Order: sequence, then C-alpha cells, then structure tokens
Amino acid sequence: MAGRGKTIALRVAQSIPVVIGVIIVSFLLTRALPGDPAVYFAGDAADEASIQQVREALGLDKSWPVQFALYVGDLLRGDLGVSLTTGQPVLAELSRRLPASLELTLTALILSCAVAVPLGVMAATRPGSWRDHLCRVVVTAGVSLPTFFTSILLIYIFYYFLGVSPSPLGRLDFMFLEPDRITGFYLIDSALVGDWETFVATANQLILPAVTLALFTMAPIARMTRAAMLQALSSDYVRTARAAGLTTRKVLYGYAFRNALLPVVTTLGMVFSFTLGANVLVEKVFAWPGIGSYAIEALVASDYAAVQGFVLAMALLFVALNLVIDISYSLIDPRIGFDAK
Amino acid sequence: MTDIPDTQTPDTQTSGWISHAVYIMRENPVTLLAFVLFAMFIACAIFGPALVPYDPLASDTSVALQPPSAAHWFGTDSLGRDVFSRVIVATRLDLTISVAAVAISFVIGSILGAIAGYWGGWIDAVLNRVLDTIMAFPLFVLAMGIVAALGNTVENIIYATALINIPFYARLVRAEVNIRRDAGFVQAAKLAGNTDLRVLAFHIFPNALPPMMVQVSLNLGWAILNAAGLSFIGLGVRPPTPEWGIMVAEGANFIVSGEWWLALFPGLWLMLAVFTFNLMGDGLRDLVDPRQRK
Repeated sequence: MAGRGKTIALRVAQSIPVVIGVIIVSFLLTRALPGDPAVYFAGDAADEASIQQVREALGLDKSWPVQFALYVGDLLRGDLGVSLTTGQPVLAELSRRLPASLELTLTALILSCAVAVPLGVMAATRPGSWRDHLCRVVVTAGVSLPTFFTSILLIYIFYYFLGVSPSPLGRLDFMFLEPDRITGFYLIDSALVGDWETFVATANQLILPAVTLALFTMAPIARMTRAAMLQALSSDYVRTARAAGLTTRKVLYGYAFRNALLPVVTTLGMVFSFTLGANVLVEKVFAWPGIGSYAIEALVASDYAAVQGFVLAMALLFVALNLVIDISYSLIDPRIGFDAK
Repeated sequence: MTDIPDTQTPDTQTSGWISHAVYIMRENPVTLLAFVLFAMFIACAIFGPALVPYDPLASDTSVALQPPSAAHWFGTDSLGRDVFSRVIVATRLDLTISVAAVAISFVIGSILGAIAGYWGGWIDAVLNRVLDTIMAFPLFVLAMGIVAALGNTVENIIYATALINIPFYARLVRAEVNIRRDAGFVQAAKLAGNTDLRVLAFHIFPNALPPMMVQVSLNLGWAILNAAGLSFIGLGVRPPTPEWGIMVAEGANFIVSGEWWLALFPGLWLMLAVFTFNLMGDGLRDLVDPRQRK
C-alpha cells in the first residue's frame, strides 16, 4: 500500500504548478485592467503630486516583477490585500460573503438532484422510449436557459404577476433582522435559534435564485445518472440479481443505483465548483450579497485586490475539490491509478 | 497505388453516412427537429437583415412600449423600436461571435493537442499544466476579466470566449492522437516515407474529427450563452447594437412595470438558439458513436 501514498503525493504535487499558474495569471490579468487605482484612491480633488504619493504608498510605482514578489509575499502571510472600493480587507469580505453564495449554490444543487437523479434513472430504465426523449429535451432546455433570463422571467411571474414572492433584493427582506451568525447560512442559523418567521422569509428569498441555478445544473447530473445507470444495468451482477429472482425495485435501487452513485457524486463535485463560479449573473440579478456579485462590482471598478482575491479563492477551491475527488476515487476504487499521466 | 483506395473509400463512406444520418433522424425525431431549427437560425443570420419589417435601429417614440400586435409581433421597446426586427437582426451578430470563438479554439486547441499527444514528453506535461490552470479559473469570470482588461469590443468577446474553450479541444485531440500514435496504420504511413507532420495532419488527426464535431456543436450553444451573459452585464457589445443579452438587460428594467415582451422574446430566442445547438450536439453524438445510445 506504499504505492497508494506515493500516487496521492504525486497527485498533490501535480496541483502545485496549477496553483502557481493561477497566481501568475490573476496577477497579470488584474494589472491589465483599465483604470489607475492610484487615481481612484487619491480621490477627485487630487493633483499630480498626491496621486504620485498614493501610487508610491500602494507600491504601484515599482516594476511588475517587484510588485509580483511583494504580492506573493503578502499571499504567503494570508494577506489578500485591501479592497479599493470598500476599504475592507479582501479576505474578510470574501469570507463574510462566501456563506451567501454557498447557501444559494447548495440549495440549488439539492433541488437539482431531487429532480435530475430520478429523471436520469427513469431514462436509463427505458432507453429510447418517449420518457427517455422527454428527459433529454427537458434537461437540455434547462441548460439552454440563460440564467440571467430565467431569473428575470421568474421575478416577473412570481413577484410582479402573481405577487407571491418578496422583492428580489438580497437574502432577507428589510423587515427582518439578520439571524445571529453561527454558520452564516441564514436557513440553518434561523432554524437553530427557532426563529421560524425568519426561516420562512429566508426561504422565500432563496427559492427563485435557487430554482434558476437548479434548472441550469440539471443536465449534467441527469446525463451522468443515465449513463452510469445504463452501464450498471448492463453489468453481470445485475443480470445475476435478476436471474436470482429479485424484484425489479430491489435490482434497480439496491444494486444498480448504488453502483451508479460514484460517478454521479463525482459529477456533482464538478458541477458544484462550476456553479459557484457561474452564479455571478444570478447573484447580480437578485442583488444577492455573495462573492459573485462582489467580483462583478470589483471588476467594474478595476479593484485589483478584490478581483485577484476572488479569482484566487475560486481557483484554489476548484483545485482542492478536484484533488479531493481524485484521491477519494483512488481510495474507493483501487483500479484507478495516476500512473497514466 | 495508395490513391485508388483513397478515392474510393470516401465515396462509400459518404453514402453510408447519409443513410445512417437519415436512419438516426427517423429514429429520433428530436434530432430532426434540432437540424430544422438550425437551418432556420442560419437562414435568419444570412437573410434576416434583408427580411425584417422595420429598421432595427429606427426609433419612433409615438409607438413606444407597445405590447405585441399584428404590426409589431414582439411589441416595441421604450424608443419605439420593433423588438421582432431587433431579435432577428441580432441572430447574425450572436452567431458570428460564437462561430468565430469556437473556430479559434478549435484550431488552436487542435494544434496544441495534436503536438502534445503525438510527441508527448515535456511538451505534453507543460501543456497539461497550462490547461489545468485555465480550467481552474471560474471560466465566466475569467472571460469577464479578459474583456474588461482588453477593452469593450466584439473582437475581445470572441478572444475571451475562445480562450476559455481551448482546453476542451486540446484535451480531446490530445487523447485521440495519443491512443493512435503507435497504431499500425500510423507505422505503415511512416514506413511509406511520410514525415511526422504529414502523418499527424493527414492520418491521425482526421480520426479525432467526429468527437470534435460533437464538442463544436455543444460549444456553440455555450459560446452564445457566454457572449450574451457578458453583454448582459455591460461588457462587450454596446447599445444600440441589437444583441440578445443587451436586449434582455434593457428589458429587465421594464419588467417590474409590466412590459414583459421586452425581455421575454430576446430571451426565448436566445434560449432556442442554445437549445438547438445542444440538441444538435446530442444528435451528432448519435451519428458519430452509435454505441453511446444503446
């Protein structure tokens, strides 16, 4: 089993160049953004001299390699810098906003799985039937919906037309107080202290953006479920189980589905990290105070540190998640090795 | 000598392909629908500007914000412009952006992937790490950043969309080339005196084309979504140019006052276009690899 430790170490080592690459690209990208942060920082009334002073204070007068070295030094100390627009440390702001994005994304994924997994199983049990085609059309339609359009459509129907949803502005109607921060997830926090009014209000705000994202993420989950189920159903152990006279239900859920679950969970991990990065538009439309809307505001204002911080955080999350998936995969299934590459 | 089978096989292959395509379409009405829709979008892109009833840029405030009617099928916007005309005319721009972006990533991805897959070694290792790096970024935000950094133009949307798609093609080609680099037909071609480059380009690479076509179709839909999303947040195409993402963004301002047609029709049209490309990708997959269907 020493070989396994070695493959894991190798896999971890492989992700190091990626992290370095991400740091370099995010540095270069933000330096290429238009606008001069020194001018921004110095304020409207600033003259040449004071702008120059601010530039020196920010270290922007130095050459790029020197700036990069300073930046990496800060990173190693866990310092992501200070946002130009809000004056807050980027790390603090990201961690304050992250729960909002996580709550939204996780709710969306749970909704999505609740629909997509049964759809995929249904399609796989009758491949080529009208149900299979229907499933394919439904999930393809879902992934074809631009999230910004779905958001607006849902707001129109449920807020303007039916009047059943609260105004789409943030995580909680201004009539309610934020629940005390325990996990940062409003649903969990309000439930923990037994504040059910706030819980319902939070759920009302959450449902439309979550449905928007869920529609978008159904396709990969349903597809992977279908493919994995098809493979499982054509395997020898399912044939044996059927020959042994087990009920269809038992074969389907007890044997095939449990084996099909592994690739589905892997896909889920990929979809999760993808969605967390892709929900910027949904967050913008619903004025959701998550990290996505933070990134958009920062980009528009050419806010170096904030953009870098966001991109870096997302990329590291992605790398870490992939690493965990790969490693757990190799632990669960010894046939999978990394020796190929 | 090698010319004889070369000229004969494509012929039989082509007719085989056509009959297979007809079979797939008959078997799967959804795929047929996708190809019909695709033809319609192409027609809109080519003939749209000549066919629409109104000038997409001409404003007429006397008919501002009218709901859909016989004269204005999709209604009019706040400046009295005909939404239907604008939606149809925008087809050309949106399709051009996505086709150009996908073409660039196809070419660059193929070259990089083929080199890495054929020669392997350190080139392969470096390329893999670079692709991993691109993939590690939240792709839409990366595209946003590139457009913001390079400037707000249509070309930059194309470059940004192309860049974030390159890894998918490079990976695919690399895998397809890699499994064939020591195949019998490759060694035969080399022994016959072909250079490495020629073997790679004319003997190995064509094998990667079928799965690439599937990727292209799926990617076209994704590229449209991406471009429209960028325009939606104000990066890229600028008003008053008709473009689906901008039209949805402009319509969003009127949705709370009840003028639903401004955002609905461009949004639906956009969705239909993406839907078409996605279904077509599925259909092509059936054509290319019948085993996938079971």
